[in-house]
Amino acid sequence: MITLNDVQKKYSSEVSIGPVTLQIPSGGITALVGPNGAGKSTMLTMVGRLLGIDSGSIEVAGYDVSKTNSKDLAKIVSILRQENHFVTRLTVRQLVGFGRYPHSKGRLTTADEEIISRSIDFLDLSELEGRYLDELSGGQRQRAYVAMVLAQDTDTVLLDEPLNNLDMKHSVIMMRHLKRAAAELNRTIVIVLHDINFAGHYADYICAMKQGKVVEFGTPERIMCDEILTDVFETPVRVIAGPEGPLAVYY
Amino acid sequence: MANLISLPELAGHHSSRASGAMPTPKVRKRYWITLGIMIMLALLFGFGLLAWDNPMPVGTEGFWIIAKMRAGSILTMAVVAACQAIATVSFQTVTNNRLLTPSIMGFEALYRVVQTGAVFFLGIAGITFFTGIGQFALQVGIMVALSVALYGWLLSGKLGNIQIMLLVGIIIGTGLGSVATFMQRMLTPSEFDVLTARLFGSMTNADMSYMPLAIPLMLVAGGYLVASSKKLNILALGKETTINLGINHRREVMLTLFFVSILMAVSTALVGPLTFLGFLVATLAYQLADTYDHRFIYPMAFLAGFVVLAGSYFIMKNVFYAQGVVGIIIEAVGGITFLIFILRKGRL
Repeated sequence: MITLNDVQKKYSSEVSIGPVTLQIPSGGITALVGPNGAGKSTMLTMVGRLLGIDSGSIEVAGYDVSKTNSKDLAKIVSILRQENHFVTRLTVRQLVGFGRYPHSKGRLTTADEEIISRSIDFLDLSELEGRYLDELSGGQRQRAYVAMVLAQDTDTVLLDEPLNNLDMKHSVIMMRHLKRAAAELNRTIVIVLHDINFAGHYADYICAMKQGKVVEFGTPERIMCDEILTDVFETPVRVIAGPEGPLAVYY
Repeated sequence: MANLISLPELAGHHSSRASGAMPTPKVRKRYWITLGIMIMLALLFGFGLLAWDNPMPVGTEGFWIIAKMRAGSILTMAVVAACQAIATVSFQTVTNNRLLTPSIMGFEALYRVVQTGAVFFLGIAGITFFTGIGQFALQVGIMVALSVALYGWLLSGKLGNIQIMLLVGIIIGTGLGSVATFMQRMLTPSEFDVLTARLFGSMTNADMSYMPLAIPLMLVAGGYLVASSKKLNILALGKETTINLGINHRREVMLTLFFVSILMAVSTALVGPLTFLGFLVATLAYQLADTYDHRFIYPMAFLAGFVVLAGSYFIMKNVFYAQGVVGIIIEAVGGITFLIFILRKGRL
Protein backbone atom coordinates (compact mmCIF):
# COMPACT_ATOMS: atom_id res chain seq x y z
CA MET A 1 0.00 0.00 0.00
CA ILE A 2 1.21 3.47 -0.92
CA THR A 3 -0.18 6.39 1.05
CA LEU A 4 0.28 10.00 0.06
CA ASN A 5 -0.73 12.59 2.60
CA ASP A 6 -1.05 16.23 1.52
CA VAL A 7 2.05 15.88 -0.63
CA GLN A 8 3.19 19.12 -2.20
CA LYS A 9 6.05 20.16 -4.43
CA LYS A 10 6.47 23.74 -5.59
CA TYR A 11 8.52 24.72 -8.60
CA SER A 12 7.31 28.30 -8.96
CA SER A 13 4.21 30.25 -8.02
CA GLU A 14 2.45 28.93 -11.14
CA VAL A 15 3.84 25.41 -11.33
CA SER A 16 3.27 23.10 -8.40
CA ILE A 17 2.18 19.57 -7.60
CA GLY A 18 -0.46 18.81 -5.07
CA PRO A 19 -1.65 18.81 -2.47
CA VAL A 20 -2.13 15.14 -3.26
CA THR A 21 -3.79 12.76 -0.85
CA LEU A 22 -4.10 9.26 -2.23
CA GLN A 23 -4.07 5.62 -1.28
CA ILE A 24 -2.87 3.06 -3.78
CA PRO A 25 -3.91 -0.43 -2.64
CA SER A 26 -1.49 -3.37 -2.51
CA GLY A 27 -1.37 -5.80 -5.39
CA GLY A 28 -2.21 -5.36 -9.03
CA ILE A 29 -1.36 -2.64 -11.50
CA THR A 30 -2.24 0.97 -10.87
CA ALA A 31 -1.95 3.21 -13.92
CA LEU A 32 -1.25 6.93 -13.65
CA VAL A 33 -2.84 8.72 -16.56
CA GLY A 34 -3.38 12.33 -17.53
CA PRO A 35 -2.29 14.98 -20.00
CA ASN A 36 1.31 16.13 -20.41
CA GLY A 37 2.54 18.15 -17.47
CA ALA A 38 -0.09 16.76 -15.11
CA GLY A 39 2.62 15.64 -12.68
CA LYS A 40 2.39 11.86 -13.15
CA SER A 41 6.13 11.27 -13.48
CA THR A 42 6.90 13.80 -10.76
CA MET A 43 4.58 12.04 -8.36
CA LEU A 44 6.10 8.68 -9.22
CA THR A 45 9.65 9.97 -8.69
CA MET A 46 8.61 11.44 -5.33
CA VAL A 47 7.21 8.08 -4.22
CA GLY A 48 10.46 6.49 -5.39
CA ARG A 49 12.42 9.12 -3.35
CA LEU A 50 14.33 10.31 -6.41
CA LEU A 51 12.82 13.73 -5.78
CA GLY A 52 12.24 15.35 -2.41
CA ILE A 53 8.85 16.69 -1.35
CA ASP A 54 8.20 20.15 0.11
CA SER A 55 5.46 19.17 2.53
CA GLY A 56 3.23 16.24 3.42
CA SER A 57 4.32 12.65 3.69
CA ILE A 58 4.59 9.55 1.55
CA GLU A 59 4.48 6.04 2.97
CA VAL A 60 5.23 2.84 1.11
CA ALA A 61 4.25 -0.33 2.96
CA GLY A 62 4.22 1.65 6.19
CA TYR A 63 7.68 3.20 5.74
CA ASP A 64 7.96 6.97 5.46
CA VAL A 65 9.89 7.54 2.25
CA SER A 66 11.68 10.69 3.39
CA LYS A 67 12.68 9.28 6.78
CA THR A 68 13.54 5.66 6.08
CA ASN A 69 17.12 4.77 5.29
CA SER A 70 17.60 4.66 1.53
CA LYS A 71 19.41 1.32 1.87
CA ASP A 72 16.32 -0.25 3.47
CA LEU A 73 13.92 1.40 1.05
CA ALA A 74 15.80 -0.22 -1.82
CA LYS A 75 14.43 -3.54 -0.58
CA ILE A 76 10.87 -2.21 -0.35
CA VAL A 77 10.36 -0.11 -3.44
CA SER A 78 12.11 0.03 -6.80
CA ILE A 79 11.73 2.63 -9.51
CA LEU A 80 12.58 2.62 -13.19
CA ARG A 81 12.80 5.94 -14.98
CA GLN A 82 12.06 6.59 -18.59
CA GLU A 83 15.52 7.64 -19.68
CA ASN A 84 18.12 4.96 -19.16
CA HIS A 85 21.39 5.52 -20.86
CA PHE A 86 24.49 4.01 -19.32
CA VAL A 87 28.06 4.88 -20.25
CA THR A 88 29.12 1.43 -19.07
CA ARG A 89 28.88 -1.42 -21.52
CA LEU A 90 26.86 -4.19 -19.88
CA THR A 91 25.35 -7.49 -20.85
CA VAL A 92 21.73 -8.13 -20.02
CA ARG A 93 22.72 -10.45 -17.20
CA GLN A 94 25.17 -8.00 -15.71
CA LEU A 95 22.50 -5.29 -15.76
CA VAL A 96 19.91 -7.51 -14.11
CA GLY A 97 22.58 -8.51 -11.58
CA PHE A 98 22.84 -4.90 -10.44
CA GLY A 99 19.25 -5.20 -9.27
CA ARG A 100 20.52 -7.49 -6.50
CA TYR A 101 22.80 -4.79 -5.08
CA PRO A 102 20.51 -3.82 -2.15
CA HIS A 103 20.63 -7.45 -0.99
CA SER A 104 24.09 -8.57 -2.02
CA LYS A 105 26.11 -5.31 -1.88
CA GLY A 106 27.85 -6.45 -5.04
CA ARG A 107 28.81 -9.91 -3.79
CA LEU A 108 26.43 -12.19 -5.66
CA THR A 109 25.56 -15.45 -3.93
CA THR A 110 24.08 -18.52 -5.61
CA ALA A 111 20.68 -17.43 -4.32
CA ASP A 112 21.19 -14.07 -6.02
CA GLU A 113 22.21 -15.76 -9.26
CA GLU A 114 19.08 -17.88 -9.06
CA ILE A 115 16.87 -14.81 -8.71
CA ILE A 116 18.69 -13.10 -11.57
CA SER A 117 18.10 -16.13 -13.78
CA ARG A 118 14.41 -16.16 -12.90
CA SER A 119 13.94 -12.47 -13.62
CA ILE A 120 15.60 -12.94 -16.98
CA ASP A 121 13.47 -15.98 -17.78
CA PHE A 122 10.35 -14.23 -16.57
CA LEU A 123 10.81 -11.54 -19.21
CA ASP A 124 11.77 -14.02 -21.95
CA LEU A 125 15.33 -12.79 -22.13
CA SER A 126 17.08 -16.13 -21.57
CA GLU A 127 18.41 -16.24 -25.11
CA LEU A 128 19.71 -12.70 -24.87
CA GLU A 129 21.30 -12.72 -21.42
CA GLY A 130 24.86 -12.70 -22.77
CA ARG A 131 24.21 -9.91 -25.26
CA TYR A 132 25.33 -6.36 -24.67
CA LEU A 133 22.61 -3.78 -24.16
CA ASP A 134 23.78 -1.77 -27.17
CA GLU A 135 23.14 -4.81 -29.34
CA LEU A 136 19.45 -5.05 -28.39
CA SER A 137 16.35 -3.50 -29.88
CA GLY A 138 14.46 -0.87 -27.91
CA GLY A 139 11.83 -3.33 -26.78
CA GLN A 140 14.36 -5.91 -25.60
CA ARG A 141 16.36 -3.28 -23.77
CA GLN A 142 13.26 -2.00 -22.03
CA ARG A 143 12.49 -5.55 -20.91
CA ALA A 144 16.03 -5.90 -19.56
CA TYR A 145 15.54 -2.79 -17.41
CA VAL A 146 12.28 -4.18 -16.09
CA ALA A 147 14.04 -7.50 -15.36
CA MET A 148 16.54 -5.51 -13.31
CA VAL A 149 13.89 -3.92 -11.08
CA LEU A 150 12.14 -7.27 -10.75
CA ALA A 151 15.42 -8.82 -9.58
CA GLN A 152 15.55 -6.13 -6.93
CA ASP A 153 12.69 -8.17 -5.46
CA THR A 154 10.67 -5.34 -3.96
CA ASP A 155 6.98 -5.59 -3.22
CA THR A 156 6.37 -2.24 -4.86
CA VAL A 157 7.61 -1.48 -8.36
CA LEU A 158 7.29 1.97 -9.93
CA LEU A 159 7.65 2.28 -13.70
CA ASP A 160 7.78 5.58 -15.52
CA GLU A 161 6.35 5.12 -19.03
CA PRO A 162 7.84 1.70 -19.79
CA LEU A 163 5.91 1.63 -23.07
CA ASN A 164 7.61 4.75 -24.35
CA ASN A 165 9.11 4.12 -27.80
CA LEU A 166 7.71 0.60 -27.99
CA ASP A 167 5.64 -0.54 -30.95
CA MET A 168 2.26 -2.26 -30.62
CA LYS A 169 3.66 -5.77 -30.34
CA HIS A 170 6.27 -4.90 -27.73
CA SER A 171 3.86 -2.75 -25.75
CA VAL A 172 1.47 -5.67 -25.50
CA ILE A 173 4.27 -8.07 -24.55
CA MET A 174 5.50 -5.69 -21.88
CA MET A 175 2.03 -5.20 -20.37
CA ARG A 176 1.41 -8.96 -20.30
CA HIS A 177 4.70 -9.46 -18.47
CA LEU A 178 3.78 -6.80 -15.97
CA LYS A 179 0.32 -8.25 -15.47
CA ARG A 180 1.88 -11.63 -14.78
CA ALA A 181 4.44 -10.09 -12.41
CA ALA A 182 1.62 -8.49 -10.45
CA ALA A 183 -0.42 -11.67 -10.33
CA GLU A 184 2.21 -14.38 -9.95
CA LEU A 185 4.86 -12.51 -7.99
CA ASN A 186 2.40 -10.48 -5.90
CA ARG A 187 3.97 -7.18 -6.84
CA THR A 188 2.28 -3.83 -6.51
CA ILE A 189 3.04 -2.11 -9.78
CA VAL A 190 2.46 1.59 -10.32
CA ILE A 191 2.96 2.64 -13.90
CA VAL A 192 2.73 5.87 -15.85
CA LEU A 193 0.86 5.21 -19.09
CA HIS A 194 0.07 7.45 -22.00
CA ASP A 195 -2.38 5.24 -23.81
CA ILE A 196 -5.66 5.28 -21.92
CA ASN A 197 -6.77 2.08 -23.66
CA PHE A 198 -3.76 0.19 -22.31
CA ALA A 199 -4.65 1.47 -18.87
CA GLY A 200 -8.28 0.49 -19.33
CA HIS A 201 -7.39 -3.02 -20.38
CA TYR A 202 -4.46 -3.99 -18.13
CA ALA A 203 -4.71 -1.86 -15.00
CA ASP A 204 -6.60 -2.83 -11.89
CA TYR A 205 -6.90 0.80 -10.82
CA ILE A 206 -6.59 4.04 -12.72
CA CYS A 207 -5.42 7.25 -11.12
CA ALA A 208 -6.15 10.27 -13.29
CA MET A 209 -4.12 13.41 -12.73
CA LYS A 210 -4.52 16.92 -14.04
CA GLN A 211 -2.61 20.11 -13.24
CA GLY A 212 -0.68 18.51 -10.42
CA LYS A 213 -3.69 17.06 -8.65
CA VAL A 214 -5.40 13.69 -8.54
CA VAL A 215 -8.85 14.19 -10.07
CA GLU A 216 -10.12 10.62 -10.22
CA PHE A 217 -9.15 7.30 -8.72
CA GLY A 218 -10.99 4.06 -9.31
CA THR A 219 -11.38 0.88 -11.29
CA PRO A 220 -11.15 1.04 -15.09
CA GLU A 221 -14.91 0.38 -15.31
CA ARG A 222 -15.57 3.58 -13.39
CA ILE A 223 -12.91 5.80 -15.05
CA MET A 224 -13.54 4.66 -18.61
CA CYS A 225 -16.52 6.90 -19.38
CA ASP A 226 -17.05 9.91 -21.65
CA GLU A 227 -17.40 12.60 -18.98
CA ILE A 228 -14.40 11.70 -16.85
CA LEU A 229 -11.96 11.14 -19.71
CA THR A 230 -13.13 14.25 -21.60
CA ASP A 231 -12.59 16.29 -18.48
CA VAL A 232 -9.19 14.75 -17.58
CA PHE A 233 -7.63 14.93 -21.03
CA GLU A 234 -9.32 18.20 -22.00
CA THR A 235 -10.27 16.81 -25.36
CA PRO A 236 -13.52 15.16 -26.50
CA VAL A 237 -13.37 11.43 -25.72
CA ARG A 238 -16.03 8.85 -26.47
CA VAL A 239 -15.99 5.46 -24.84
CA ILE A 240 -17.44 2.64 -26.92
CA ALA A 241 -17.87 -1.04 -26.14
CA GLY A 242 -15.04 -2.97 -27.78
CA PRO A 243 -14.51 -6.71 -28.16
CA GLU A 244 -12.20 -6.76 -25.10
CA GLY A 245 -13.91 -4.13 -22.99
CA PRO A 246 -14.44 -0.37 -23.22
CA LEU A 247 -12.39 1.58 -25.74
CA ALA A 248 -11.72 5.29 -25.67
CA VAL A 249 -11.96 6.96 -29.06
CA TYR A 250 -10.49 10.40 -29.38
CA TYR A 251 -9.15 10.85 -32.86
CA MET B 1 10.07 -9.81 -0.01
CA ALA B 2 11.61 -12.91 -1.47
CA ASN B 3 8.77 -13.52 -3.85
CA LEU B 4 10.84 -14.89 -6.65
CA ILE B 5 12.40 -17.62 -4.53
CA SER B 6 9.06 -19.00 -3.44
CA LEU B 7 7.71 -19.51 -6.95
CA PRO B 8 7.33 -23.28 -7.16
CA GLU B 9 7.02 -23.62 -10.93
CA LEU B 10 10.29 -21.83 -11.47
CA ALA B 11 12.30 -23.38 -8.69
CA GLY B 12 15.44 -25.43 -9.00
CA HIS B 13 17.28 -25.00 -12.28
CA HIS B 14 19.93 -22.82 -13.95
CA SER B 15 22.76 -23.19 -11.50
CA SER B 16 25.46 -22.83 -14.15
CA ARG B 17 24.43 -19.35 -15.19
CA ALA B 18 26.54 -16.72 -13.53
CA SER B 19 26.81 -12.96 -13.89
CA GLY B 20 30.41 -12.05 -13.22
CA ALA B 21 32.38 -9.01 -14.31
CA MET B 22 33.43 -10.90 -17.42
CA PRO B 23 30.49 -12.28 -19.42
CA THR B 24 32.34 -15.16 -21.13
CA PRO B 25 35.46 -17.25 -20.41
CA LYS B 26 36.93 -15.78 -23.57
CA VAL B 27 36.69 -12.24 -22.23
CA ARG B 28 38.14 -13.41 -18.91
CA LYS B 29 41.06 -15.12 -20.59
CA ARG B 30 41.72 -12.10 -22.77
CA TYR B 31 41.76 -9.87 -19.69
CA TRP B 32 44.35 -11.90 -17.82
CA ILE B 33 46.55 -12.29 -20.89
CA THR B 34 46.39 -8.54 -21.54
CA LEU B 35 47.19 -7.86 -17.90
CA GLY B 36 50.15 -10.22 -18.14
CA ILE B 37 51.46 -8.45 -21.22
CA MET B 38 51.09 -5.07 -19.53
CA ILE B 39 53.01 -6.31 -16.47
CA MET B 40 55.77 -7.61 -18.74
CA LEU B 41 55.92 -4.31 -20.61
CA ALA B 42 56.02 -2.40 -17.34
CA LEU B 43 58.89 -4.56 -16.05
CA LEU B 44 60.68 -4.30 -19.38
CA PHE B 45 60.55 -0.51 -19.50
CA GLY B 46 61.34 -0.26 -15.81
CA PHE B 47 64.38 -2.45 -16.19
CA GLY B 48 65.30 -0.74 -19.45
CA LEU B 49 65.41 2.61 -17.73
CA LEU B 50 67.70 1.20 -15.05
CA ALA B 51 69.99 -0.77 -17.36
CA TRP B 52 70.09 1.02 -20.72
CA ASP B 53 73.12 3.16 -21.16
CA ASN B 54 74.38 1.95 -17.78
CA PRO B 55 78.14 1.68 -18.25
CA MET B 56 78.55 -1.08 -15.66
CA PRO B 57 77.65 -4.72 -16.44
CA VAL B 58 74.29 -5.91 -15.08
CA GLY B 59 74.52 -7.31 -11.57
CA THR B 60 77.74 -5.68 -10.46
CA GLU B 61 77.92 -3.35 -7.50
CA GLY B 62 78.54 -0.37 -9.76
CA PHE B 63 75.44 -1.20 -11.80
CA TRP B 64 73.25 -1.03 -8.73
CA ILE B 65 74.72 2.27 -7.62
CA ILE B 66 73.78 3.84 -10.94
CA ALA B 67 70.45 2.02 -11.02
CA LYS B 68 69.57 3.33 -7.57
CA MET B 69 70.12 6.86 -8.76
CA ARG B 70 67.67 6.25 -11.57
CA ALA B 71 65.15 4.38 -9.47
CA GLY B 72 63.80 7.69 -8.15
CA SER B 73 62.25 8.56 -11.50
CA ILE B 74 60.71 5.10 -11.74
CA LEU B 75 59.12 5.56 -8.34
CA THR B 76 57.83 8.96 -9.46
CA MET B 77 56.32 7.41 -12.56
CA ALA B 78 54.61 4.71 -10.53
CA VAL B 79 53.10 7.28 -8.15
CA VAL B 80 52.01 9.55 -11.00
CA ALA B 81 50.57 6.64 -13.00
CA ALA B 82 48.57 5.46 -9.99
CA CYS B 83 47.30 8.98 -9.23
CA GLN B 84 46.29 9.81 -12.79
CA ALA B 85 44.80 6.39 -13.56
CA ILE B 86 42.68 6.06 -10.43
CA ALA B 87 41.63 9.72 -10.46
CA THR B 88 40.55 9.77 -14.09
CA VAL B 89 38.65 6.47 -14.03
CA SER B 90 36.79 7.50 -10.85
CA PHE B 91 36.12 11.00 -12.17
CA GLN B 92 34.67 9.68 -15.41
CA THR B 93 32.49 7.29 -13.46
CA VAL B 94 30.91 9.85 -11.14
CA THR B 95 30.43 12.38 -13.93
CA ASN B 96 29.05 9.66 -16.23
CA ASN B 97 31.23 10.95 -19.01
CA ARG B 98 34.08 9.17 -20.70
CA LEU B 99 35.39 12.26 -22.46
CA LEU B 100 36.42 14.21 -19.39
CA THR B 101 39.53 14.30 -17.32
CA PRO B 102 39.76 15.81 -13.84
CA SER B 103 42.46 18.18 -15.05
CA ILE B 104 39.78 20.33 -16.66
CA MET B 105 38.63 21.22 -13.16
CA GLY B 106 41.40 23.81 -12.97
CA PHE B 107 44.15 21.80 -11.27
CA GLU B 108 46.70 22.45 -13.93
CA ALA B 109 45.71 26.05 -14.45
CA LEU B 110 46.13 26.55 -10.73
CA TYR B 111 49.55 24.92 -10.83
CA ARG B 112 50.55 27.23 -13.67
CA VAL B 113 49.36 30.28 -11.77
CA VAL B 114 51.23 29.31 -8.62
CA GLN B 115 54.46 28.58 -10.47
CA THR B 116 54.19 31.63 -12.73
CA GLY B 117 53.25 33.81 -9.79
CA ALA B 118 56.31 32.68 -7.89
CA VAL B 119 58.60 33.66 -10.76
CA PHE B 120 56.64 36.82 -11.50
CA PHE B 121 56.83 38.17 -7.97
CA LEU B 122 60.11 36.68 -6.77
CA GLY B 123 62.12 36.38 -9.97
CA ILE B 124 64.20 33.28 -10.71
CA ALA B 125 64.56 32.81 -6.97
CA GLY B 126 60.83 32.02 -6.99
CA ILE B 127 61.47 28.61 -8.56
CA THR B 128 63.82 27.65 -5.80
CA PHE B 129 61.37 29.12 -3.32
CA PHE B 130 58.81 26.61 -4.52
CA THR B 131 60.79 23.53 -3.73
CA GLY B 132 60.78 21.56 -0.52
CA ILE B 133 58.21 19.42 1.18
CA GLY B 134 56.49 22.32 2.93
CA GLN B 135 55.79 24.04 -0.35
CA PHE B 136 54.72 20.77 -1.89
CA ALA B 137 52.21 20.30 0.91
CA LEU B 138 51.06 23.88 0.45
CA GLN B 139 50.44 23.41 -3.26
CA VAL B 140 48.54 20.20 -2.73
CA GLY B 141 46.57 21.89 0.02
CA ILE B 142 45.59 24.86 -2.16
CA MET B 143 44.48 22.64 -5.02
CA VAL B 144 42.41 20.33 -2.81
CA ALA B 145 40.87 23.30 -1.00
CA LEU B 146 39.85 24.95 -4.28
CA SER B 147 38.24 21.85 -5.67
CA VAL B 148 36.48 20.92 -2.44
CA ALA B 149 35.08 24.44 -2.23
CA LEU B 150 33.89 24.11 -5.81
CA TYR B 151 32.29 20.68 -5.37
CA GLY B 152 30.83 21.53 -2.00
CA TRP B 153 29.29 24.72 -3.28
CA LEU B 154 28.01 23.39 -6.56
CA LEU B 155 26.85 19.92 -5.62
CA SER B 156 24.89 20.83 -2.54
CA GLY B 157 21.95 23.19 -2.36
CA LYS B 158 19.70 24.17 -5.20
CA LEU B 159 22.05 23.67 -8.14
CA GLY B 160 23.12 20.15 -7.19
CA ASN B 161 24.17 19.48 -10.74
CA ILE B 162 27.37 17.89 -12.00
CA GLN B 163 27.10 19.51 -15.43
CA ILE B 164 27.03 23.00 -13.94
CA MET B 165 29.93 22.10 -11.66
CA LEU B 166 31.99 20.98 -14.65
CA LEU B 167 31.17 24.12 -16.58
CA VAL B 168 32.16 26.37 -13.69
CA GLY B 169 35.33 24.32 -13.22
CA ILE B 170 36.28 24.77 -16.86
CA ILE B 171 35.59 28.51 -16.71
CA ILE B 172 37.68 28.92 -13.54
CA GLY B 173 40.44 26.86 -15.14
CA THR B 174 40.44 28.97 -18.29
CA GLY B 175 40.42 32.15 -16.21
CA LEU B 176 43.39 31.02 -14.13
CA GLY B 177 45.20 29.95 -17.30
CA SER B 178 44.74 33.43 -18.76
CA VAL B 179 46.09 35.03 -15.59
CA ALA B 180 49.16 32.81 -15.85
CA THR B 181 49.64 33.62 -19.55
CA PHE B 182 49.31 37.32 -18.77
CA MET B 183 52.04 37.13 -16.12
CA GLN B 184 54.27 35.08 -18.43
CA ARG B 185 54.04 37.86 -21.03
CA MET B 186 55.70 40.25 -18.65
CA LEU B 187 58.58 38.00 -17.62
CA THR B 188 62.12 38.49 -18.89
CA PRO B 189 63.23 35.85 -21.42
CA SER B 190 65.55 34.17 -18.93
CA GLU B 191 62.88 33.99 -16.25
CA PHE B 192 60.44 32.62 -18.80
CA ASP B 193 62.95 30.01 -19.83
CA VAL B 194 63.36 28.77 -16.28
CA LEU B 195 59.62 28.74 -15.78
CA THR B 196 58.91 26.80 -19.00
CA ALA B 197 60.90 23.87 -17.69
CA ARG B 198 58.50 23.68 -14.74
CA LEU B 199 55.39 23.94 -16.85
CA PHE B 200 56.03 20.90 -19.01
CA GLY B 201 55.08 17.69 -17.30
CA SER B 202 58.44 16.23 -16.45
CA MET B 203 59.57 13.35 -14.30
CA THR B 204 62.69 15.26 -13.33
CA ASN B 205 60.55 17.96 -11.69
CA ALA B 206 59.90 15.58 -8.84
CA ASP B 207 62.05 15.90 -5.79
CA MET B 208 62.54 12.67 -3.84
CA SER B 209 61.99 14.61 -0.64
CA TYR B 210 58.29 14.96 -1.63
CA MET B 211 57.80 11.21 -1.58
CA PRO B 212 57.22 10.75 2.17
CA LEU B 213 54.11 12.90 1.73
CA ALA B 214 53.13 12.02 -1.83
CA ILE B 215 53.10 8.24 -1.36
CA PRO B 216 50.89 8.10 1.75
CA LEU B 217 48.45 10.58 0.19
CA MET B 218 48.30 8.48 -2.95
CA LEU B 219 47.83 5.28 -0.96
CA VAL B 220 45.02 6.67 1.19
CA ALA B 221 43.10 8.39 -1.61
CA GLY B 222 43.73 5.67 -4.18
CA GLY B 223 43.06 2.95 -1.63
CA TYR B 224 39.69 4.43 -0.73
CA LEU B 225 38.63 4.62 -4.37
CA VAL B 226 39.79 1.11 -5.22
CA ALA B 227 38.04 -0.19 -2.11
CA SER B 228 34.76 1.41 -3.21
CA SER B 229 34.89 -0.27 -6.62
CA LYS B 230 31.55 -1.95 -6.09
CA LYS B 231 29.82 1.33 -5.30
CA LEU B 232 31.47 2.99 -8.27
CA ASN B 233 30.14 0.23 -10.52
CA ILE B 234 26.67 1.36 -9.47
CA LEU B 235 27.44 5.09 -9.66
CA ALA B 236 28.38 4.54 -13.31
CA LEU B 237 24.72 3.73 -13.96
CA GLY B 238 23.68 7.29 -13.18
CA LYS B 239 22.07 9.17 -10.34
CA GLU B 240 18.58 7.71 -10.44
CA THR B 241 19.60 4.08 -10.67
CA THR B 242 22.09 4.67 -7.86
CA ILE B 243 19.43 6.09 -5.54
CA ASN B 244 17.03 3.33 -6.52
CA LEU B 245 19.60 0.77 -5.42
CA GLY B 246 19.88 2.45 -2.03
CA ILE B 247 23.16 4.35 -2.30
CA ASN B 248 23.44 7.94 -1.12
CA HIS B 249 24.39 9.40 -4.48
CA ARG B 250 25.45 12.89 -3.43
CA ARG B 251 27.58 11.65 -0.56
CA GLU B 252 29.41 9.11 -2.70
CA VAL B 253 29.99 11.62 -5.50
CA MET B 254 31.38 14.20 -3.07
CA LEU B 255 33.68 11.68 -1.39
CA THR B 256 34.91 10.39 -4.73
CA LEU B 257 35.60 13.89 -6.04
CA PHE B 258 37.43 14.76 -2.81
CA PHE B 259 39.81 11.83 -3.20
CA VAL B 260 40.14 12.49 -6.92
CA SER B 261 41.24 16.04 -6.13
CA ILE B 262 43.90 14.73 -3.72
CA LEU B 263 45.28 12.38 -6.36
CA MET B 264 45.30 15.06 -9.06
CA ALA B 265 46.90 17.58 -6.73
CA VAL B 266 49.65 15.12 -5.76
CA SER B 267 50.39 14.25 -9.37
CA THR B 268 50.38 17.84 -10.60
CA ALA B 269 52.43 19.21 -7.72
CA LEU B 270 54.90 16.37 -8.21
CA VAL B 271 55.64 16.53 -11.93
CA GLY B 272 53.58 19.33 -13.44
CA PRO B 273 50.65 19.22 -15.85
CA LEU B 274 50.03 16.02 -17.82
CA THR B 275 46.67 16.99 -19.31
CA PHE B 276 46.29 14.12 -21.69
CA LEU B 277 47.72 11.25 -19.67
CA GLY B 278 44.70 10.52 -17.48
CA PHE B 279 42.27 10.53 -20.36
CA LEU B 280 44.53 8.36 -22.50
CA VAL B 281 45.14 5.88 -19.72
CA ALA B 282 41.48 5.56 -18.77
CA THR B 283 40.42 5.09 -22.39
CA LEU B 284 43.11 2.47 -22.95
CA ALA B 285 42.06 0.69 -19.78
CA TYR B 286 38.42 0.47 -20.88
CA GLN B 287 39.54 -0.90 -24.23
CA LEU B 288 41.94 -3.42 -22.75
CA ALA B 289 39.87 -4.55 -19.78
CA ASP B 290 36.47 -4.67 -21.53
CA THR B 291 34.47 -4.85 -18.31
CA TYR B 292 32.37 -2.52 -16.21
CA ASP B 293 33.97 -3.65 -12.98
CA HIS B 294 36.31 -1.10 -11.42
CA ARG B 295 38.23 -3.82 -9.59
CA PHE B 296 39.55 -4.91 -12.98
CA ILE B 297 39.73 -1.49 -14.64
CA TYR B 298 41.96 0.10 -11.99
CA PRO B 299 44.93 -2.31 -12.28
CA MET B 300 44.76 -2.11 -16.06
CA ALA B 301 44.64 1.69 -15.96
CA PHE B 302 47.58 1.85 -13.56
CA LEU B 303 49.68 -0.46 -15.73
CA ALA B 304 48.71 1.43 -18.88
CA GLY B 305 49.73 4.66 -17.16
CA PHE B 306 53.07 3.26 -16.05
CA VAL B 307 53.85 1.74 -19.44
CA VAL B 308 52.96 4.97 -21.26
CA LEU B 309 55.03 7.08 -18.85
CA ALA B 310 58.04 4.76 -18.72
CA GLY B 311 57.90 4.18 -22.47
CA SER B 312 57.77 7.90 -23.23
CA TYR B 313 60.53 8.59 -20.75
CA PHE B 314 62.68 5.86 -22.24
CA ILE B 315 62.23 7.21 -25.76
CA MET B 316 62.81 10.82 -24.71
CA LYS B 317 65.92 9.94 -22.79
CA ASN B 318 67.58 7.47 -25.10
CA VAL B 319 66.38 8.62 -28.52
CA PHE B 320 65.96 12.37 -28.27
CA TYR B 321 68.26 13.01 -25.31
CA ALA B 322 65.61 15.28 -23.82
CA GLN B 323 65.21 13.46 -20.58
CA GLY B 324 62.17 13.99 -18.46
CA VAL B 325 59.88 16.01 -20.72
CA VAL B 326 57.39 13.23 -21.36
CA GLY B 327 54.27 15.32 -21.88
CA ILE B 328 55.12 15.96 -25.50
CA ILE B 329 55.59 12.34 -26.45
CA ILE B 330 52.59 11.19 -24.45
CA GLU B 331 50.42 13.54 -26.44
CA ALA B 332 51.90 12.49 -29.79
CA VAL B 333 52.11 8.72 -29.33
CA GLY B 334 49.16 8.52 -26.96
CA GLY B 335 46.91 10.47 -29.28
CA ILE B 336 47.70 8.18 -32.19
CA THR B 337 47.20 5.03 -30.11
CA PHE B 338 43.91 6.41 -28.92
CA LEU B 339 42.72 7.12 -32.46
CA ILE B 340 43.72 3.64 -33.63
CA PHE B 341 41.75 2.03 -30.82
CA ILE B 342 38.65 4.13 -31.41
CA LEU B 343 38.70 3.61 -35.18
CA ARG B 344 39.21 -0.12 -34.81
CA LYS B 345 36.51 -0.71 -32.22
CA GLY B 346 34.22 2.11 -33.19
CA ARG B 347 33.21 2.89 -29.62
CA LEU B 348 34.57 4.28 -26.41
